[in-house]
Amino acid sequence: MSARSSLPRSVAAHGILILYTLIALFPVFVIVVNSFKSRRAIFNEPLALPTRETFDLIGFQTVLSQGDFFQYFLNSMTVTVFSLFFVLLFGAMAAFALSEYRFRGNTLTGLYLALGIMIPIRLGTVAILQLMVATGLVNTLTALVLVYTAQGLPLAIFILSEFMRGVSDDLKNAGRIDGLSEYRIFFRLVLPLVRPAMATVAVFTMIPIWNDLWFPLILAPSEATKTITLGSQVFIGQFVTNWNAVLAALSLAIVPVLVLYLIFSRQLIRGITAGAVK
Amino acid sequence: MAQRKAFRWHIVVFLAPAVLVYTAIMIIPLIGTLNLSLFGKAEGGRVFVGLANFATLFGDPRWSTAFWNALANNAWFFLIHMLVQNPVGIMLAALLSSPRLRMAAFYRTAIFIPTILSFVIVGFVWKLILSPIWGIAPGMLDAVGLKSLFAPWLGREGTALTTLALVSVWQFVGIPMMLIYAALLSIPDEVIEAAEIDGVTGWSQFWKIKLPLILPSIGIISVLTFVANFNAFDLIYVSQGALAGPNFATDILGTFLYRTFFGFQLQLGDPHMGATIATAMFGIILVGVCIYLFAIQTRLRRYQF
Amino acid sequence: MTGKLRLALLASTMLAGTAAAQDVTLTVESWRNDDLQIWQDTIIPAFEAANPGIKINFAPTAPAEYNAVLNSKLDAGSAGDLITCRPFDASLELFNKGQLADLTDLASMANFSDVAKSAWQTDDGSATFCVPMASVIHGFLYNKNAFEELGLEPPKTVDQFYAVLDAIKEDGTYIPMAMGTPDQWEAATMGYQNIGPTYWKGEEGRKALIDGSQKLTDDAWVEPFRQLARWKDYLGDGFEAQTYPDSQNLFTLGRAAIYPTGSWEIGVFEPQIEGAFEMGAFAPPVAAEGDTCYISDHTDIALGLNAASPNADAARTFLEWVGSDEFASLYANALPGFFSMNSNPVEMQNPVAQEFVSWRENCEPTIRSTYQILSRGTPNLENETWNASANVINGTETPEAAAERLQEGLASWYEPQKN
Repeated sequence: MSARSSLPRSVAAHGILILYTLIALFPVFVIVVNSFKSRRAIFNEPLALPTRETFDLIGFQTVLSQGDFFQYFLNSMTVTVFSLFFVLLFGAMAAFALSEYRFRGNTLTGLYLALGIMIPIRLGTVAILQLMVATGLVNTLTALVLVYTAQGLPLAIFILSEFMRGVSDDLKNAGRIDGLSEYRIFFRLVLPLVRPAMATVAVFTMIPIWNDLWFPLILAPSEATKTITLGSQVFIGQFVTNWNAVLAALSLAIVPVLVLYLIFSRQLIRGITAGAVK
Repeated sequence: MAQRKAFRWHIVVFLAPAVLVYTAIMIIPLIGTLNLSLFGKAEGGRVFVGLANFATLFGDPRWSTAFWNALANNAWFFLIHMLVQNPVGIMLAALLSSPRLRMAAFYRTAIFIPTILSFVIVGFVWKLILSPIWGIAPGMLDAVGLKSLFAPWLGREGTALTTLALVSVWQFVGIPMMLIYAALLSIPDEVIEAAEIDGVTGWSQFWKIKLPLILPSIGIISVLTFVANFNAFDLIYVSQGALAGPNFATDILGTFLYRTFFGFQLQLGDPHMGATIATAMFGIILVGVCIYLFAIQTRLRRYQF
Repeated sequence: MTGKLRLALLASTMLAGTAAAQDVTLTVESWRNDDLQIWQDTIIPAFEAANPGIKINFAPTAPAEYNAVLNSKLDAGSAGDLITCRPFDASLELFNKGQLADLTDLASMANFSDVAKSAWQTDDGSATFCVPMASVIHGFLYNKNAFEELGLEPPKTVDQFYAVLDAIKEDGTYIPMAMGTPDQWEAATMGYQNIGPTYWKGEEGRKALIDGSQKLTDDAWVEPFRQLARWKDYLGDGFEAQTYPDSQNLFTLGRAAIYPTGSWEIGVFEPQIEGAFEMGAFAPPVAAEGDTCYISDHTDIALGLNAASPNADAARTFLEWVGSDEFASLYANALPGFFSMNSNPVEMQNPVAQEFVSWRENCEPTIRSTYQILSRGTPNLENETWNASANVINGTETPEAAAERLQEGLASWYEPQKN
């Protein structure tokens, strides 16, 4: 064991990881730092920290006076959480059926469900919008949840069924011998075992939903249903030359995702490690 | 055995919600769209034209040049992801999974952060950093005496696409990292211990023991990268616009499709040609995924732990 | 919905103002997200005060997405009541599909000349479907303080123009001209369409191109590209990656002396300059002193009625108001640089805007050459012109090659240009 944690090796590992961490965080640093500076300071010294002379909150004042960012944030949260829940639940169920049972049409169903990852759902926009108009769902968050659930399912099923094939048969058969129903085997035995995969899928599903601009723009552009990404995009358009406001809006868009991610990240890692330790 | 004969309702229950939502919201609208590729615009409506739109796309040099240009750019975009994003992701995951690494949680969290940022933010901030005028990149190169290396990369035909591909790699490297990390962690300790008893440690342990075990995950990542890259659109759109300048050097299938389908500026949207391009893209991706499913995946041995 | 409205209207007529009917809310689709505040603070209150019972909701989308979003919404039936109209074919297509209502019978249409209405009419001029709101004029903005410092006068001729640029370049304090090529439209709209009319003689050349008697490879159409190729030497370092906001900031922060532009920037720039320097404007330079000058006075924005709107009557009331003198004056003064197309002249306060509009007296006005009819086919002439203008300035394509490529593209689908 001592051979593996030898000093030079661990220094090298830390060196590489620190370097990459810097590369990953640098742009975020640039945005957040500059959002607190006056306009001229942004252009003159983009890398300097705000000082007493250059500190300026004008960008945030502009942004916050113009829109209800808290409401936008709540909308984004609602849409993301509900979509995530349905994608994970429906996705895991379908993945289980595909990976666990041999039945006629299994491969075909699998392929059918995988078609969705090969073609951008954006292309179906007009038909989707017509559907939402017909069902009266335009300008509701439900419309977004439905679209994102459909959009997230193919990839979730694809990844989850891959992982579920790796779950030990002995365990499931032991459960069956104990008289557990198929539903219990799924919910009690299999789901806990694929938690790492679920956590991974959750993160992948969450990102495009949170960051999507297109469907909020088309399906729910009203003030009451605007998401935070759409809200900040409107600002970027509106203040394209007012970099104080743009940077402040971007900072406001980054911070909530960051917090959300930091919370989820714990779960994610706990999920991954819990799955790995048996 | 009698159970086997009975209709297994639970399979239907497990599949139904996903299949229903997916079919109603995604498949039916998409079929409606792809169907448009078989029609053409005519006075007062549309007419069935069969494969004429495809003949235009591949036969008319005005369309085919743009299409092949977009396809070639897209292939290059994908190649860079395969050569940079995935190896870097695997390397980071391997480093992170080494036992007793301090601050692993911090690195993991930090390196994944770009992935959670929206394209709007990524496009804006990299344009700002690489801007020849406000000079974060030129200033930094100047500080280490390499100012002469700086060029307006996003504005040059020769460098714009590669620069954007690297920005995209920067954004998404967290995904292969996380997937491989999860795969590495799920390798049972017994396997590692057995290797150590045989004296296989360090890099050779990674190459000989761990890499073969995570190959299925690498397979998934490759196909996901392929699909994501051939569907990519947003990053190019927010940083170079729908005309994917300079001189279409960054035009990929996604931007070509958007411009054609929805129109741009004075160019009116052409749903029929747009759907034709979409169908072609769909075909390309389908072929790629089938190669993966039938040629690669079936050959990878699956390990059950 | 319609029934309810009719009932409400009936009720309000019968009660004749004794009780307010249920409020009608009209949603305005627009790409002018820059104007959100002006609508909310100035335009909407003025209208609502005069028309109780009608509420206006201004709902803009980013310009780049506007067409795609609007078309999707119109197709699905979820678009707003009032539609901001792009000039020419984009709106004509909507009218032909029956998505925009015919507004020919609107009383306030009488306030507009045929030229003003031409961008929102059928080709034969028989039906008008949008109420013209504003036009924009191209020209050059300059930093007056910088010019004074260097002892320069705003140029009138092309030679003077380059002499001024040379002088600024030699001095080195300022970047001579702020323009970049990555966004492409800057090069085409603020470059090519700005100086071009001088060479192709405005309407004369534009119409000749449409009827096929001139070609894009004729000298009058290649010369603007040759001029653009010369601009390259006067742009800032790394202009190939200098975006539109970069250019705007270079000028408003006082780092660039001249800014080729359109009048719409006036209102955007003034608050950003914060009085750090004084801004002036000069018209596109002519070949020799005393030559006729030509300006691009481009019909840019209008307002139409969604044919499927359930609130058509209220919407028409609003459109009548948009065509009125009151609106013209409100709009032109709230948005200096957007010039009213109303036949009754509007009093404007802003000196730079006055400078722009004063060119109308001596110069021949025209509209952007690519907008009417010529961008109907594939390849799209407007988009091709963006690409070609950027290439020419970047030096990756010669003016002659660019012109040839444009001509070839146009001739491939436009009948009068074939042969």
